[in-house]
Amino acid sequence: MSNIILKMDSISKSFDGKAILSDFDLEIRRNEFVTLLGPSGCGKSTILRIIGGFVRPDKGRVLFEGKDITALPPEKRNVNTVFQKYSLFPHMNVEENIAFGLKLKKKSPEYIRDKVQYALNLVNLEGYEKRDTLSLSGGQQQRVAIARAIVNEPELLLLDEPLGALDLKLRHGMQRELIKIKQEVGITFLYVTHDQEEALMMSDRIIVMNKGIIQQAGDSKSIYDEPQNAFVADFIGESNIIGALMVKDLLVRIQGVDIPCVDTGFGENVPVDVVIRPEDIEIVPENMGYINGRVMSVIFKGAYYEIKVQSEDFSWQVQSVNPAPVGEMVGMTVLPDNIQIMHKPASEDEEVVKDE
Amino acid sequence: MKRFKDIISGIYIGFIAVLLYAPILVLIVESFNSSRSRVTWGGFTLSWYVKLFNNNQILEAFITTVLLAFGSAAIAILIGVPGALGIHAMGRKRYKTMMALTNIPMLNADIVTGIALMLWFVHFIPLSFGSVLLAHISFNIPYVILSVMPRIQQMNVSIYEATRDLGAGPVYAFFHVLLPELLPGILSGFFMAFTLSMDDFVITYFTKGAGVNTLSTMIYGQIKKGIKPEMYALSTLIFVLVSLLLSIGTGISAKKEH
Amino acid sequence: MNEAKSNFTSRRILLASPYIVWVAGFTILPLIIIIHYAFTDAGGAFTFSNLGLIFSPIHLKAVMFSLEIAISSTVACILLSYPMVMAMRHLGLGKRTFSLFILILPMWMNFILRILAWQMILSNNGILNMILSWFSIAPLKIANTGTSIMIGVVYDYLPYMMLPIYTAIMDINEDLIEAARDLGAGSLTIFLKIILPLSLPGLLSGIVMVFVPSMTSFVISDILGGGKLQLIGNVIEQEFTTANNWHAGSGLSVALMIFVLISMAFTTKEHKEGRESVIW
Repeated sequence: MSNIILKMDSISKSFDGKAILSDFDLEIRRNEFVTLLGPSGCGKSTILRIIGGFVRPDKGRVLFEGKDITALPPEKRNVNTVFQKYSLFPHMNVEENIAFGLKLKKKSPEYIRDKVQYALNLVNLEGYEKRDTLSLSGGQQQRVAIARAIVNEPELLLLDEPLGALDLKLRHGMQRELIKIKQEVGITFLYVTHDQEEALMMSDRIIVMNKGIIQQAGDSKSIYDEPQNAFVADFIGESNIIGALMVKDLLVRIQGVDIPCVDTGFGENVPVDVVIRPEDIEIVPENMGYINGRVMSVIFKGAYYEIKVQSEDFSWQVQSVNPAPVGEMVGMTVLPDNIQIMHKPASEDEEVVKDE
Repeated sequence: MKRFKDIISGIYIGFIAVLLYAPILVLIVESFNSSRSRVTWGGFTLSWYVKLFNNNQILEAFITTVLLAFGSAAIAILIGVPGALGIHAMGRKRYKTMMALTNIPMLNADIVTGIALMLWFVHFIPLSFGSVLLAHISFNIPYVILSVMPRIQQMNVSIYEATRDLGAGPVYAFFHVLLPELLPGILSGFFMAFTLSMDDFVITYFTKGAGVNTLSTMIYGQIKKGIKPEMYALSTLIFVLVSLLLSIGTGISAKKEH
Repeated sequence: MNEAKSNFTSRRILLASPYIVWVAGFTILPLIIIIHYAFTDAGGAFTFSNLGLIFSPIHLKAVMFSLEIAISSTVACILLSYPMVMAMRHLGLGKRTFSLFILILPMWMNFILRILAWQMILSNNGILNMILSWFSIAPLKIANTGTSIMIGVVYDYLPYMMLPIYTAIMDINEDLIEAARDLGAGSLTIFLKIILPLSLPGLLSGIVMVFVPSMTSFVISDILGGGKLQLIGNVIEQEFTTANNWHAGSGLSVALMIFVLISMAFTTKEHKEGRESVIW
């Protein structure tokens, strides 16, 4: 059997004449934890709803284990969804909610009981069988929703911002639990979120999207360390993104200063974008670094200081373990390794969009 | 498949609409029927509409009906809205009791409500327009309370209290904070009360004195002798007028939704 | 309700005082008076005989006929309402005031006139039989039968069944339907397992609002029953108008009220708390 469990083949979809996806392709491998990451309105939820069967694409095919399921209604697909708003059935208790799918499959009562027990154990809700779903906290409701989906042993589990409604602390706990659950049940996860931290922490593979177009796909490390364009760099963590000139291989001119880097193959005197992470910039005395600037603000963030340095018309963000004197001139330096060179956006679609 | 379901849905809605509107269509046709007999068509005429405006009895009943509907709905609002606000502030037990009492006129058969009120009235006040008005207010208030209560539950009443706390007078706080929030509920309660009062027969029948007639009781009195065709003309006019007003109203609110 | 009541909250209760007076004067007092009439005879002596009248053969027959009409009409209203509401939901007419408008508008044609119109439609040489004759179908003889009373009752009270069911079903979040489909439920399962149970509060309000009036109506049976078929409402009305026996009429009314309360206790027992407002 092929290792590709799901394939989306040049899918297009528009709502009210507005194109959300056009000629979108996606492949998901068996047992992968794939995350679709992007700002709201980027088309990631539409992809999930097309796979779930709730939205019919205008064009293109969805292949599940090699078979075309584009026209199949949701109830006939071996795919289950964990919804953002839990969507638990309010007139059923926890046990009845979890058993819903199994009862429809006409499983034996013993099988259902065992499965429900197993699922409750998995999500740490032993003893909650008879509880009214409305009496549960948000986190508990989401666990029930997860249990309700996985008891059906889907080949692919779709998770639509499942932790979006939870508070930060609960979210971190649930992220670890989801990874554990994923390892335990061994099913493929397709996860949708706009939270880059969540994506980086959980995924085997992240697909960064904007305006219906895949900006970059890869594992957490490559996405974080080597963003391929300004959108990805900006969306994944804080970054200094500044226009620059690639003078020649291994040398880039930023704010008029030639700085050594490690990139080659861009050509000579080509305009590029440069990404430098705040933690990669080192503050040194004035005229001791590449670029000088005035310290505008210093904020203590617990583990580090967040420093803003104004140089010409650009405000550099720096993270440093040492504070800097506000109002003074300082120098800044960076290792060649930590300068990420990117092509200028080729089309409007790749332009930097700030996620509000 | 979806198309098929669309068509079936459309046909079914059409069927119910025909069921709901067939008698109304019949009455409208009757209002233009020159024959006094209800089963034969004697040709088109507008004469009933002309005669209507010379029939003082019918016009008087119409005015009574409208005054009654308007007055009872308005007074029901004045008592019901503060009532709902007060009940909402009560403790659980008293809240439940008050809501149960509110439900009594709705649960009770109209004939029982009408008779009970009539027995009460004959002992203390003469049966007249006043007694009918009191009766209508009584069955209107529950609808007002039940329309307004969900809005009260939705809104944060403490906003009102916070406004007061910040130094606003009760009148200011009521008109600037409470009223805008409650207005949709009040309007639908008023509309509901007005409609039910216009359409009521049973309670009016038992609580009215001799000489007082609403359109309903007048029509009931005419059943044996035969309905005066002017009545069809009047009903058609009311129906068309209300349809127009409501269409404009829903048109406006539909635009607002968009 | 909140634990620590603010000064304002406790003063807010005072707003209900006019209404409390009203309830005492126009809800409770009339009930006391009718109960008093029901348990006394013309001379003022205590008696159970007025209440017992309900068990006399002629009245029992009216009660049974009323029950028959009320039950069949209520069931017919339910069976007509669900497909209507589902069709409205399916076509996305849910959130629009327009659909409510369609249901409420008929109330603006006088109720007795609408029933008279049904008489014209259903009578032996009426409109329905005229239309049937165009298709060479034998005329129906439903004038002055229980069926024609039932048609009138269903017609008159259908909106009262449809509106609460409509409200309850439109409140069901589309997410729940999607979740059920996601778990493998087809249309029928979704209706039986999700929509029906979640619309139960609306259905119960609808039953209450249709069953009681359809049992006690006397105008509809007067007009469409040809004066021969008597509902319990007709019996009570005649005690007050033609027979002029107020004590007997009150006794029958109170018996009816007790009966209604008992049947309501059965239907509303299932009501979940905090949903008092389902009716409108």
